[in-house]
Amino acid sequence: MSYKAKFKVWRGEGGEGRLEDFTVEVNDGEVVLDIIHRLQATQAPDLAVRWNCKAGKCGSCSMEINGKPRLGCMTRMSTFEEDETITVTPMRTFPVIKDLVTDVSYNYQKAREIPSFTPPADVKPGEYRMQQVDVERSQEFRKCIECFMCNNVCHVIRDHEENKTNFSGPRFLMRIAELDMHPYDVADRQEAAQEQHGLGYCNITKCCTEVCPEHIKITDNALIPMKERVVDRKYDPLVWLGNKIFKRAK
Amino acid sequence: MTQTTPEAPVRRQRAQVKVRTLRTDRWWLVPLLTFLGLSSFLVYGVWAIIDNSFFVDPYVAPFASPCLVEAMCPDGARLFGWAPIGEWYTLSPGLLILGLPGGFRLTCYYYRKSYYRSFWLSPPACAVQEPHGKYTGERRFPLILQNIHRYFFYAAIVIGLVLAYDAVLALIHKPEGLGTWILVINAVLINAYTVSCHSCRHITAGRLNHFSRHPLRYRAWTFVSKLNAKHQQLAWVSMFSVMAADLYVRLVAKGIISFPYA
Repeated sequence: MSYKAKFKVWRGEGGEGRLEDFTVEVNDGEVVLDIIHRLQATQAPDLAVRWNCKAGKCGSCSMEINGKPRLGCMTRMSTFEEDETITVTPMRTFPVIKDLVTDVSYNYQKAREIPSFTPPADVKPGEYRMQQVDVERSQEFRKCIECFMCNNVCHVIRDHEENKTNFSGPRFLMRIAELDMHPYDVADRQEAAQEQHGLGYCNITKCCTEVCPEHIKITDNALIPMKERVVDRKYDPLVWLGNKIFKRAK
Repeated sequence: MTQTTPEAPVRRQRAQVKVRTLRTDRWWLVPLLTFLGLSSFLVYGVWAIIDNSFFVDPYVAPFASPCLVEAMCPDGARLFGWAPIGEWYTLSPGLLILGLPGGFRLTCYYYRKSYYRSFWLSPPACAVQEPHGKYTGERRFPLILQNIHRYFFYAAIVIGLVLAYDAVLALIHKPEGLGTWILVINAVLINAYTVSCHSCRHITAGRLNHFSRHPLRYRAWTFVSKLNAKHQQLAWVSMFSVMAADLYVRLVAKGIISFPYA
């Protein structure tokens, strides 16, 4: 079974552009990225779209479909009505290079600002000994495919460009949480999370969790636990006193 | 199509989409229902503070428990017969204690999400532009006070235990009463909501990096984590259960509900 679907696709460079109308064939089992490719092949050969694996694992084809951040390769056409007009736009938080391709270098910049895994000085590589229960919390965060849809949907920077300097977004706050929960990491992540990476901007409205294609519980398992650790460190006098008196180890 | 040349470099700016959102689903429905649900709780709470029909033996309305006021609390309503607030205080007993469970819910991570979305529209829904020109999050006064949530959690544990005690007393004195079972269900839900709190999860073992060194705390964390996954549902169910239980007791106290096993 095939039918003709109506599409509106954002076309332009450097932010200036418009939604262009297309009518395009859709076949059983296809996803939105297939339709974008058919548009390239038949009607708009210069339409730019970033893609790679077509399996939801590379995180390249992040776009906004009917206003929602989605992976083009994981959004089935069967989820739409046949008479529905489907709007496809680039991720709104990042600058556009061309058409559906955005410049996501903000994310790489933020990644570079996080110090890498820092083991204790007296523990050499090969000497790490960890129980599975100690590392499995962090392993959830390693599922991230860096599609950057969580950073795209986060209203802190999506609606307030000026916050980009001080806020690293859920993806990288999750990275900090991953390191902070690591049994062998000794770097001071909590102070950095709050002061340099803007954890306090997060108002836990959970959009990052809603759009994550890997279904990582970013808010519940990374951001809120990290907020609680920051409370221990900065805002809770009893914990501070307890740590001083009993020299508690983590 | 714009051409990129050395004279006209690509301008790095976002796609200029002039509408607030391109979402086509009913994204406004959840914030609207949340607004109505939370507003009803606030309105009921104000009424419950004003209303003084909070006790009918052996039931104590949850919004007035523990009843600590000498002038207002009959003997059966007092916690262990104790009323430390003297006769000088003549306002509602609920006024003294509602700030604790109220503060617990106000600073709860789930309720924060719900009222930031539905009352403050920050954002109203995912990928829907918020109406505010500036955003500073929870970094400044007053929102930085959200960080005291764990202290409200400690208080909520006490309130939850008091409600459980009230339910046990009702079970002992009137096991056949419908109100007894309403209070029992409410106590279970309130305590489940309290224990499922993110701060509780952190306190049990979330703050640790070596679960393997603390097996009992790890087991507690695992249990709380399972409850925590249902925190949103427990927040709503317990909110309506406490309203329903409170209203039921007041209606029995006023004589509006008066069947034999009420």
